[in-house]
Amino acid sequence: MTEVVRIENITKTFGTVTANRDVCLDVRRGEILALLGENGSGKTTLMNMLSGIYFPDSGKIYINGEEVVIRSPRDAFALGIGMVHQHFKLVDVLTAAENIVLGMPGGLLVNRDETAKKILEISDKYGFIIDPWKKIYNMSVSEKQTVEIIKVLYRGAEILILDEPTAVLTPQEIDKLFDVLRKMKDDNKAVIIITHKLGEVMVLSDRVSIMRKGECVDTVPTPDATVQSLAEGMVGRALSLSIKRKEPENATDKLVVSGLTCLDPTGRRTLDGVSFTLRTGEIMGVAGIAGSGQKELCESLTGLQSIHSGAVTYIGDDGGKTELAGLTPSEVTGKGIRIAFVPEDRLGMGLVGNLDMVENMMLKSYRRAKGIWVDRKTPKAAAVKLIEKLQIVTPGTAAPVRRMSGGNVQKVLLGREIQSEPSVLVVAYPTRGLDINSSYTVYDLLNEQKENGVAVMFAGEDLDVLLELCDRILVLCGGKVSGIVDARTVTKEEIGVLMTHLSKREDAV
Amino acid sequence: MSKPGVKTSHAGTPFVWIVKRDSVSRKQAYLVRAAAILGALMLGAALFLAMGHNPIMIYRDMLTGSLGRTLARTETVRIAIPLLVTALGIGLAFKMRFWNIGAEGQIIMGATAASYFALFSGVPGPYLLFVMFFAAIAAGGLWGLIPAVFKSKWNTNETLFTLMLNYIALEFVRYLQFGPWRDPRLRGFPSIAMFDQAARLPRVFGVHIGWIFALILVAIVYIYMKKTRHGYEITVVGESIPTARYAGINVGRVFLRTMFLSGAICGLTGFLIVSGANFTLSEMVTGGVGFTAITVAWLSRLNPAVMIIFSLFIAMLQRGANAVQTTFRIPSSAADILIGFILFFILGCEFFLNYKLVFRKKVK
Amino acid sequence: MEQLIFFITAAVVAATPLLFGTLGEILTEKSGNLNLGVEGMMFMGAAVGLSASFLYEQAVGAGASGFLSAVLAVVFGFLAGVLGGLIYSVLTVTLRANQVVSGLALTIMGVGMGNFIGELLGLRAGGFASVSDVTRSAFSGARIPGLSGMPVIGRLLFSFDFMVYMVIAAAVLMIWFLNKSRMGLHLRAVGEDPATADADGINVTRYKYLATCIGGGICGLGGVYISMVRSSGTWIHNCVGGLGWISVALVICAAWSPARAILGALLFGGLSVLRFYLPIQDVPAQVYNIIPFLATVLILIFTSVRQSKERHQPASCGVNYFREER
Repeated sequence: MTEVVRIENITKTFGTVTANRDVCLDVRRGEILALLGENGSGKTTLMNMLSGIYFPDSGKIYINGEEVVIRSPRDAFALGIGMVHQHFKLVDVLTAAENIVLGMPGGLLVNRDETAKKILEISDKYGFIIDPWKKIYNMSVSEKQTVEIIKVLYRGAEILILDEPTAVLTPQEIDKLFDVLRKMKDDNKAVIIITHKLGEVMVLSDRVSIMRKGECVDTVPTPDATVQSLAEGMVGRALSLSIKRKEPENATDKLVVSGLTCLDPTGRRTLDGVSFTLRTGEIMGVAGIAGSGQKELCESLTGLQSIHSGAVTYIGDDGGKTELAGLTPSEVTGKGIRIAFVPEDRLGMGLVGNLDMVENMMLKSYRRAKGIWVDRKTPKAAAVKLIEKLQIVTPGTAAPVRRMSGGNVQKVLLGREIQSEPSVLVVAYPTRGLDINSSYTVYDLLNEQKENGVAVMFAGEDLDVLLELCDRILVLCGGKVSGIVDARTVTKEEIGVLMTHLSKREDAV
Repeated sequence: MSKPGVKTSHAGTPFVWIVKRDSVSRKQAYLVRAAAILGALMLGAALFLAMGHNPIMIYRDMLTGSLGRTLARTETVRIAIPLLVTALGIGLAFKMRFWNIGAEGQIIMGATAASYFALFSGVPGPYLLFVMFFAAIAAGGLWGLIPAVFKSKWNTNETLFTLMLNYIALEFVRYLQFGPWRDPRLRGFPSIAMFDQAARLPRVFGVHIGWIFALILVAIVYIYMKKTRHGYEITVVGESIPTARYAGINVGRVFLRTMFLSGAICGLTGFLIVSGANFTLSEMVTGGVGFTAITVAWLSRLNPAVMIIFSLFIAMLQRGANAVQTTFRIPSSAADILIGFILFFILGCEFFLNYKLVFRKKVK
Repeated sequence: MEQLIFFITAAVVAATPLLFGTLGEILTEKSGNLNLGVEGMMFMGAAVGLSASFLYEQAVGAGASGFLSAVLAVVFGFLAGVLGGLIYSVLTVTLRANQVVSGLALTIMGVGMGNFIGELLGLRAGGFASVSDVTRSAFSGARIPGLSGMPVIGRLLFSFDFMVYMVIAAAVLMIWFLNKSRMGLHLRAVGEDPATADADGINVTRYKYLATCIGGGICGLGGVYISMVRSSGTWIHNCVGGLGWISVALVICAAWSPARAILGALLFGGLSVLRFYLPIQDVPAQVYNIIPFLATVLILIFTSVRQSKERHQPASCGVNYFREER
């Protein structure tokens, strides 16, 4: 096998942060190389330098044995390098065909029919299904990914880079994607897949390069590796990968949701007749393809989403019932009901990036002060306490939270919500973008809340985590509940089926 | 397109690139901003030079024209008062990223309401000023409330809305001036009658009492923004509306409340202008204060205390430009150009406070 | 009938500066730049265009060519607008300043600059600045043999000044550019999603600069129209008087489509001359003057109530793009 890409001693810094240090890597024709590393280990930054998004501070890149300079994505295309980004880089209001030819050099006019024809040829060859005239905003996540991959192939890429391509797919869609990638490999292309999922590495790749803290620590042929050895390489020490899970104790109903229906501004149902019950001392997982109603579900439990019909009934410790549907967050709080929410968008919704930690603590507490004045002393004390308890790394309580690392930001947010001593805790994608240590801190905190008798709802995308952490899992499909299953007995494949098909499996309700 | 070739490594490095700065010290920040203002004045000097004037003479005359004599000084302060008060009002709205550029209209409505009572009400002397004061506040506030209602309900673009209301308010005053409020005793150009003595603000140290109002208002707005729950809510709404909703803040209500206050303060400006300086209402009542005050608010980074300095500074420019209009035959619009330059430079210099340029190192 | 023809032709003349401003701003916003400085750029275009003609006539004297004078007015008016767009681009694209405030600053500076130049010309002319009849006739209605003379059609289609045809050509060109050409596709991508455009190898900075500067130039032409045609080649203090702002609002009404902008501008042009063709007893002039502004407000409200996925502002409008943001 011939070497097509060689990276030598690449270093890249952002301000004071070194994203890559002296990284060396090689990729061969006709192989699938897995680039393994946890969040923040510098995998994506490294690949962005291959695809011309970033420019390295120092180091060399060789393509087919020649040293090259990649200054822009166009340079990368010219060298046959194409990258499918984790966050799709597609223009919503344009069609698939328009997106596919975007940025390509050519004549004055865009020949849309010609493009469509060529796209269909490529789809036939690799077995994609795509409508070139469909607008991106009408597409599902996996359709968008297909567009991205075709876009790269259309440009004649010989070296394909895929950044966390499986994060948003169902297990069945993942199998399909892997088939396509294997076809490309047989087609003598070089495929690089960025991932932090060990299982995928083992199933798909020929070799694996492990990144840790910006450095490439090891490259091994996949058959010589084990899940345990890869995990140790990734984290740098022996690690127990299992999340501890206790049996729920005295689970009683806390929040009864029935027939919950929400509409988006265009009148489409984002949630459609959703019914389930959250119980104390239990973690309820929420799974589904991205955009199946998870966000709306979380927000409608916390009063942030206007509810079209249905009921959200809170059951107090004394058994008294309170109807929450139609109340605003402040009205819910006004009734003495504490529902805490850790939203997906931490700095855009849960916290204010430009404000300091004390002012962010005040988001929850400022209302409690009497009179017209704000109280800064109590939240300040709370912030200091939180820093100590969760070992938050920060220049001080007066520094804007956006300057903190992702893990510390999440600790501030989750910590603040837990400090409000909630009886229901709703968390959405709490470990997205976090490194392993921070992720496990989050899992521990959630388990601690569960043991304290809090009803926890956990919306997540990593099925492995959902299966290990949760007691029950609610699966959403197109805004409807396609099943509520026992997390201890269900398999990943079964959840995958539920994510795409509505059926009536409700074995654990 | 040129194919990337075989080159030595550094050849392709961009010559200069941009990285984020952690933070700069307060002193450095002031220095950079001072340099920016200086740069703008230099650009103005170049303009004067191109016109064949000696810029040093012009700036000197602007300085003496605005600060040289007691009369000039009081005139400068008189110009600064409406700028300061309006900037305080605009600042409240800008802090929540509500782009209220309707101060002109809010000033006009406040001035009109105050004028109504001054001209036609027959409210006995001692109470008249109080009535005018509250009428102006209410009228300005309500005029400011209109775009906020639509913003909070349908997210209607407030920038254009507030601006259109300026023109509508202006036409309204024209209508009054040319129609029902026109003073029949005056021949020639239609105008509205002068106020009686009872409707005029008293003077303190040679300038109408409005400057005391303005300074008190600075303190009130400062405390309101920094120490009250309302101020905190405004900050959060300005930073992020989703976060405000998440924290249980009724964003619509904050829009309404703050825009009423913003408009009311601008309405107060209207009262100060008609009752303290012009003693009548006309279509020229604002003199562009509503726009110039945007500059004051932004240059002060929405800090009420700093607004005192910048309102005086801009007033000096305007007064100075008036002075050199006669001596050098330079149109007084020169002040607007200088103000524009200063804004450009201040806007531009923020970049150097947040980012730094890294130049390519020489390859040995 | 006669009255109607007069009304329509007057509406077209009133619509022309609005359409220039709207087209310029559409092009600018398509690149993701929300330039609120249209009013300022129009002022600059008006004053600089007029000065070009005026100074040319002064320099040449009696033998001045009306054609050359008009060309100079158009070219320099356009360049003045380009300068406005350039200042705005440097501030927002390169120096990443707040777009709203940068646009307001451009308006403040442009209005000042326009009036300053206009008054300066007046001082030079010893009274008020005005171009000669040669130039004025170059900006007056066309007389195309065989066409302009036709009944009704001739007056409705073939009797306007050349800038009316220029603005229509500009609109048609923009429709083609945005929908058919490769650069148009790239520009739309830049305005919708600059990060994606960037990753696809499109030079975001270049597109933003070009679109904003050319858009500014087109706005400047609107100014030229105001000073050379509407004010018959004289400087009138504050002659733009809010037309730039209405243009910005028209962009929203037209839903970022040059084709709809033509209709919108005609509608507003018609509203603004209504007073002269539909006078109603006892309704003061000011009520008529309010109509365009009031209509703008109503349309703003209407479009905000009715949100649409397709007809919306380019998604990145108002937000500066910075690649290494992390």
